[in-house]
Amino acid sequence: MILSDQDLTALLVTLKLASVSTLVLLIIGTPLAWWLSRSQWRYKYFIEAIIALPLILPPTVLGFYLLISLGPNGPIGGLVSALGGAPLAFSFTGLVIGSVFYSMPFVVQPLQNAFASIGNRPLEVAATLRASPLDRFLTIAVPLAKPGFITASVLGFAHTLGEFGVVLMIGGNIPGSTQVASIAIYDHVEALEYGQAHWLAGSLLLFSFLLLIIVYGANRRYAVAQP
Amino acid sequence: MSIALRFHIQRGAFALNIDTVIPDSGVTAIFGPSGSGKTTLLRAIAGLESAEDGYLKVGDVVWQGDKTFLPTHQRKVGYVFQEPSLFSHLTVQGNINYGLKRKKEGSSADVLQNTINLLGIEHLLQRMPWQLSGGEQQRVAIARALATSPSMLLLDEPLAALGDEQKTAIVPYLESVYKTLDIPALYVSHSRDEVARLADYLLLLDNGELKACGPISEIFTAMSLSLAHQANAESLIEASVSSYDEKFGLATLAFSGGQFLVASAPLNLGSRVRVQVLARDVSITLEPQTNTSILNIIAVTIDQIDKESSAQVTLRLTAGDTALLAKISRKSADDLNLKKGDQVYAQVKTAAILI
Repeated sequence: MILSDQDLTALLVTLKLASVSTLVLLIIGTPLAWWLSRSQWRYKYFIEAIIALPLILPPTVLGFYLLISLGPNGPIGGLVSALGGAPLAFSFTGLVIGSVFYSMPFVVQPLQNAFASIGNRPLEVAATLRASPLDRFLTIAVPLAKPGFITASVLGFAHTLGEFGVVLMIGGNIPGSTQVASIAIYDHVEALEYGQAHWLAGSLLLFSFLLLIIVYGANRRYAVAQP
Repeated sequence: MSIALRFHIQRGAFALNIDTVIPDSGVTAIFGPSGSGKTTLLRAIAGLESAEDGYLKVGDVVWQGDKTFLPTHQRKVGYVFQEPSLFSHLTVQGNINYGLKRKKEGSSADVLQNTINLLGIEHLLQRMPWQLSGGEQQRVAIARALATSPSMLLLDEPLAALGDEQKTAIVPYLESVYKTLDIPALYVSHSRDEVARLADYLLLLDNGELKACGPISEIFTAMSLSLAHQANAESLIEASVSSYDEKFGLATLAFSGGQFLVASAPLNLGSRVRVQVLARDVSITLEPQTNTSILNIIAVTIDQIDKESSAQVTLRLTAGDTALLAKISRKSADDLNLKKGDQVYAQVKTAAILI
């Protein structure tokens, strides 16, 4: 094996982090995006601004605040330890929480756009065909927003894959538990181990490229079937 | 059973105010110019539009009142929108089944199969919506709405988005569906021709107010309303086929107050037909003419004379229960000294009568 055990673990932690974060993001982001696309609430833009913050905020700033709040003396970390949970900072769970915040706009915005582009009409039609609000959401809105779900998943996954600053701040770079590939590459370069950095970086490059090829290929077939 | 409704809906400067009762059978047209509130009224009936004040009772069931508001999916309506709005991720069959699967009770699969046959869409069932023409999509949308076994069918200008050719092609389908329908249909339209062909009862809306309502033949010939004074004013007469002359291809259509001879393909004796006569195709004579090519001469009484311009007058004539409009020159009316109550004869060329 050309990759060291530690590098392989870092790669697996990265994939696991990206998968779990994307799943959590879809679960949280779908209702949020639906609400944002339908709501007439006048202060809706406050929520939209908060979700978009990671787009412009330096990851270290987000990571710093997350570290403070997830730490044993922070509001979230304190609550978790009071309830008897394991500390969040420097743990995989902490990484997931950080990634969810960090990648939120990349999932919510495509979903929100996809839901908005459906318009009211198909949902009104479904209502006149006896479908309840939840029924309409599941059988009309979600299938019609399928391209949005694909984009949201790819962007959320890819963005978490490339995460560096936030992970470094709240993950602590613990090999085998919170060390991800991007940081492992950084460590190799710092130690002038260019060969190992090459293999790890190349693996990530190849994997990301293949992922996009598969997803866009599938999306294109879908698009060709429905011009 | 009937449909009682009262709606007050305010949308900025526009207000819809309506309080009326609609018959529980036949086709009721909601007719009026663009922006008169027709679609808003239909949407309010379906529960798609909230109202400042609303009351809607269908048969014995209150759908909407002070404390009640049935959401759309609990109202037994079939709604056909202006654009077909088929679900693009489902096949034609999937679209039709969508409502079929969700209805609680109602007619059997046979009735739906019959509707599908009437609309001529059985060969399209496995296709996706984008593979269909606009007219085909709208026919599927009608079948989809009827598949829920609604207690009322609501149609919002279902032909407006179609081209002229497709419009002409779909009207016979609509007519055959209406004939077999045992539920009331509410039909929004701003097209006189469509309404004249398809509707039995008319709600005349203008700027959010109900101007008139009643059987379509009465509304079309009411001198107090604008329809009788338009250049293409016409009378609608419900008649039944009393005989058919195969040699000359002429049908005799009997109605209260007289009969018309009309050129037509063979018709079944006793069948009901609706006759359209443009007011400008009706002329007046004081004595019944002989040696004339005009076959239809009926004795009428002048009910009202309205001046349209310095050159033209509109006459409302009655024969039995039938009303007939005539547009003639003011000079002729003057020369013949026509007055309200006069017994005269109305003449209509066979070619001017549309069935």
